[in-house]
Amino acid sequence: MSLSIEDVARIARLSRIAVTGDELAATQGQLNQILTLIEEMRAVDTTGIEPMAHAQDVMLRLRDDVAREPNRREAWQAVAPAVEAGLYLVPQVIE
Amino acid sequence: MIEKSVKQLSAMLAAKEISAVEMASEYLARAKAMRDLNAFITLDEDKTFAEAKAADALLASGQAGVLTGVPIAQKDIFCQQGWKTTCGSKMLDNFVAPYDANVIELCRKAGLVSLGRTNMDEFAMGSSNENSFYGAVKNPWDKSAVPGGSSGGSAAAVAARLAPIATATDTGGSIRQPAAFCGVTGIKPTYGIVSRFGMIAFASSLDQGGPIGKSAEDCALLLNVMAGFDERDSTSLEHAKEDYSRDLTAPLAGLRIGLPKEYFAEGLASDVAAAVDVAISEYKKLGATIVEVSLPNTKLSIPAYYVIAPAEASSNLSRFDGVRFGHRAAEYSGLAEMYEKSRAEGFGAEVKRRILTGTYVLSHGYYDAYYLQAQKIRRIIANDFQTAFEHCDLIAGPVAPTAAWNLGEKNADPTAMYLEDIYTLAVNLAGLPGMSLPAGFAANGRPVGLQLIGNYFSEAKMLNAAHQLQQVTDWHTRAPSL
Repeated sequence: MSLSIEDVARIARLSRIAVTGDELAATQGQLNQILTLIEEMRAVDTTGIEPMAHAQDVMLRLRDDVAREPNRREAWQAVAPAVEAGLYLVPQVIE
Repeated sequence: MIEKSVKQLSAMLAAKEISAVEMASEYLARAKAMRDLNAFITLDEDKTFAEAKAADALLASGQAGVLTGVPIAQKDIFCQQGWKTTCGSKMLDNFVAPYDANVIELCRKAGLVSLGRTNMDEFAMGSSNENSFYGAVKNPWDKSAVPGGSSGGSAAAVAARLAPIATATDTGGSIRQPAAFCGVTGIKPTYGIVSRFGMIAFASSLDQGGPIGKSAEDCALLLNVMAGFDERDSTSLEHAKEDYSRDLTAPLAGLRIGLPKEYFAEGLASDVAAAVDVAISEYKKLGATIVEVSLPNTKLSIPAYYVIAPAEASSNLSRFDGVRFGHRAAEYSGLAEMYEKSRAEGFGAEVKRRILTGTYVLSHGYYDAYYLQAQKIRRIIANDFQTAFEHCDLIAGPVAPTAAWNLGEKNADPTAMYLEDIYTLAVNLAGLPGMSLPAGFAANGRPVGLQLIGNYFSEAKMLNAAHQLQQVTDWHTRAPSL
């Protein structure tokens, strides 16, 4: 299947990436090329095949519910774009 | 000194012929003199010398390990506390890592001395290193050629002798293909052997760290440091610690090497095929038996990979939103626009393409048709390898269809570049170990790599086969004239 300009705009919105103006058409062409490449996979008969996420089929480990990491708030916030009084600053979300 | 093996460098340090500080400064001087290769994104002398002094103290105290004081180049994908860690992206141009990746921790414990941070395709997405925000790396053999990707900086640094060894990562060939293009040796271990903690995630079910070095022996010594169970990586395997150098000297008589007929079919350049044939004939002389095997679904690895990798990338890279770290746009009207502009500005074209592709294949109504179908094909591909390993101990073939192409040559068409990964992707999908070692040169004088693929946990056997070839051939000792 082939993506329309509206599809591309919707995917860009879902991805939270601004794609505007001329970029939309260029992106449409490239994404359709990639989809053409992956299309041949869809016709393969995979009835009865278990999907594979990890070759060793490991189970996720559980651990005791105790805090292990020390509080390093200052170190983490030293690399943040905007902080104040130990809080991350973002534009107003709730009116 | 720059041609010495890790073992020889280690002996020089132990015998006090040279100090770790002197050794690091010699490599750093070379790295600075060859800045035009663009192999490093960051050099930080003060930090390097601090590590070298600590290594000298350990050496003086008699508590040094085999690798204490040996210099290493670190791929800019591993978080390293206090060092700028960019992952090749504008998104992280201002990011100084506040913690160490497990691999970095292990390197520090071993006393390895970090020379700097190597250049790479942005978020490890690419096969040519041209997707780096910091510009392409140049191939030391021919500065008009690409070094391969995504670990192009690590491969070029070792090839140009700017570092004896380097860390790297491989999601679809990112250790093996640049190693091949730059004429060095590299191994991607079994998935789950090297911890992904602190290794900036691209496609979590495929990403795996590994070493690049001049020889199989050097790679074995570095893999000994990098590998090990780490509970902070949920996919890390509780696998007993191994000495990957234990079998290096074992004879190869009786070894069965399988050649997958699909790897020698249409699309393989004749000069690459000829170089691989010569390496195979050396294996015959060493007593190996050559058998033909089949990996019938090799072609499906491209579509399956280009569904799974972008899907996982779109999820992993959602963390880059301009809130807690990384680039934030200067102007925005609300939260949604802040996300959208920060990500549009911070990511390069290829990264955006993959996020968009991944978002689409995971979106409502398409998950089963794309992601789940790809995960099933992944199982088919993994099963093919198990069938092949009933007839052979190792699989051998080319790493890539051609030697390194020219810078800029394949930029215009992203999907054309995807096809170059045909011989490496299946190994990641199956979670198998794979390696690349030098096997001569193409018609244009650029290096050719031989790929060895082993069954799960057969790294020691692969390194043994590679080391034995390197005892009777000298391709791995050739260095570019710079």
